Amino acid sequence: MTIRKRRPSRRAFLGLAGAAAASSLHPAARAQTAGEIRDLGETPTEYGKPSAFEDSKRWSRAPDATASSSNTPLADLEGIVTPSGLHFERHHTGVPAIDPDSHRLTIHGLVDRPLVFTMDDLVRMSSVSRFHFIECSGNSAREWSPAGAPNVQLSHGLASCSEWTGVLLADLLDEVGVKPEASWIVAEGADAGLMSRSVPLERALDDVMIAYGQNGEAVRPEQGYPLRLLVPGCEGSISVKWLRRIEVAHMPSMARDETSKYTDLLPDGKARQLTLVMDAKSVITRPSGEQKLDGPGFCEIRGLAWSGRGTISRVEVSTDGGRSWTDAEIEGPRHAKAFTRFRLPWRWDGGRHVLMSRATDDTGYVQPTLAALLDARGRSTIYHNNRIKAWEVQESGEVTNAEA
Amino acid sequence: MPVTHAADESERTGLGHEATAEELGAAGYTVFPDGKGLPEGRGTVSEGKAVYQQFCAACHGRNAEGDEAAALVGGRDSLTSERPRKTVESYWPYATSLWDYIRRSMPYESPGSLSDDEIYAVVAHLLHLGDIVGEDAVLDRETLPRVEMPNRDGFVSDDRPDTGGE
Ligand code: HEC
Repeated sequence: MTIRKRRPSRRAFLGLAGAAAASSLHPAARAQTAGEIRDLGETPTEYGKPSAFEDSKRWSRAPDATASSSNTPLADLEGIVTPSGLHFERHHTGVPAIDPDSHRLTIHGLVDRPLVFTMDDLVRMSSVSRFHFIECSGNSAREWSPAGAPNVQLSHGLASCSEWTGVLLADLLDEVGVKPEASWIVAEGADAGLMSRSVPLERALDDVMIAYGQNGEAVRPEQGYPLRLLVPGCEGSISVKWLRRIEVAHMPSMARDETSKYTDLLPDGKARQLTLVMDAKSVITRPSGEQKLDGPGFCEIRGLAWSGRGTISRVEVSTDGGRSWTDAEIEGPRHAKAFTRFRLPWRWDGGRHVLMSRATDDTGYVQPTLAALLDARGRSTIYHNNRIKAWEVQESGEVTNAEA
Repeated sequence: MPVTHAADESERTGLGHEATAEELGAAGYTVFPDGKGLPEGRGTVSEGKAVYQQFCAACHGRNAEGDEAAALVGGRDSLTSERPRKTVESYWPYATSLWDYIRRSMPYESPGSLSDDEIYAVVAHLLHLGDIVGEDAVLDRETLPRVEMPNRDGFVSDDRPDTGGE
């Protein structure tokens, strides 16, 4: 037999005053029970939501604009996966609504057989599922000033990590047959502005995916539903969303978003171009800016580290503004080009402390200071800021951004 | 350069279908710096001025000096200054990229609404405002890729890592 939850619920019927109301209405019942009468919980739902007590949110600098972005609340996250609904957004012409049944991926250009794939075709192919971060190369643009942004959502929130499922682009290129004179692919989205970027063919044949799955379900609309390119470890804008076309080509297209934007101007007036890889980076997410410690005592320091070149091999943490460093524990398995969680047990003595983290990846690359970046690049590069970030725990327990 | 591994027939899944000429025509295209992809058509500076005033000036300013949206001209010789002004004139290495971008994305609220002739024309107008082509320039698939942009040699390839760690 199925017992249906009665509506209105007993709690609603008795009034929200709860136990007091219950006892005045039912003195006999009250006398017979050992304690409070427990209300039944909620019935199943079709698609669950976070608890009503939680309020993690993306934050957007321009919530009403279609050329906009929103940042992941990294301080609220545990582990390495970003919940799909909190994955950062960056789009230039808004989020399109695409019916997967009519969506097609065309691969053409310098190929033996130009092919058109339906979503069904792609799902039938051999699939892979991999953890990868995506980071906008404009992430941490506020960190070119010594103190940087006041909280980690603002300072580092244009980075997120998901388990992506899809097809290796190399497999699709096998299907079309790439001609020997080809050296690049150009990807194009189905958004209003037909976002487009070029990827070196060598890279395309390596670990690039065409993803239709994100964290166990379909890729979210803001992330490219129903299909996106995913170029692991590279600046986010190259992972073209709403992917509809791949042209195999003899040169990069020199699209607006690989010339006018996403190029890094150096002091001599020259700009680095096609700076695709995101260098190793880390940030402490707890304690971090705008949090408050409610008294001295044990408080685990934890954060995230990632590298576009491989796996994270080491994260060091300093609690004295960089004078001394201690190796943090790195939680495995360590996925390449994915968020990696680090932790360090810490006992806050109630004094002022400047907390910093410094990542090293398996190529031996060490996350630089802001001074080292400015020294190498000057002040006009905008993109690719992977400096060491500092937070200051005040005697009041308040955590603020600090110069480092 | 890269390995092309066109699998032999037996290894292919055979999924997807061969694109028909009609499907390829509708799929879209890319314009490359050497002019590949540029369609037929042509436009002059004066025709472009009219297109610009009607469809672009409201956001980018009467003379493309910038308004609600970015400046498209000016800023030459500012790239080494403390406040570099990166515009089509001062920064973009290829005129073909301008054609490609306008076709994809502009006018911002109605991308796709301009004809190929109008795109050639508005590109001519912008390049003239930027003192890159003369008043009598006519742009088409032959002449556009030959336009030399002031910052053509302003880009270098990625030579990171450039910080020695500490
Ligand atoms: C409704 C306002 C609007 C109109 C009208 C408009 N634009 Fe734009 N334009 C924008 C915005 C906004 C951007 C930046 C888009 C982004 O963030 O990617 C832009 C970007 C551009 C850029 C790239 C600038 C750069 O430095 O990267 C060019 C070139 C451009 N527009 C040309 C045009 C032309 C030509 C027209 C007329 C055919 C036009 N625009 C009409 C709003 C507009």
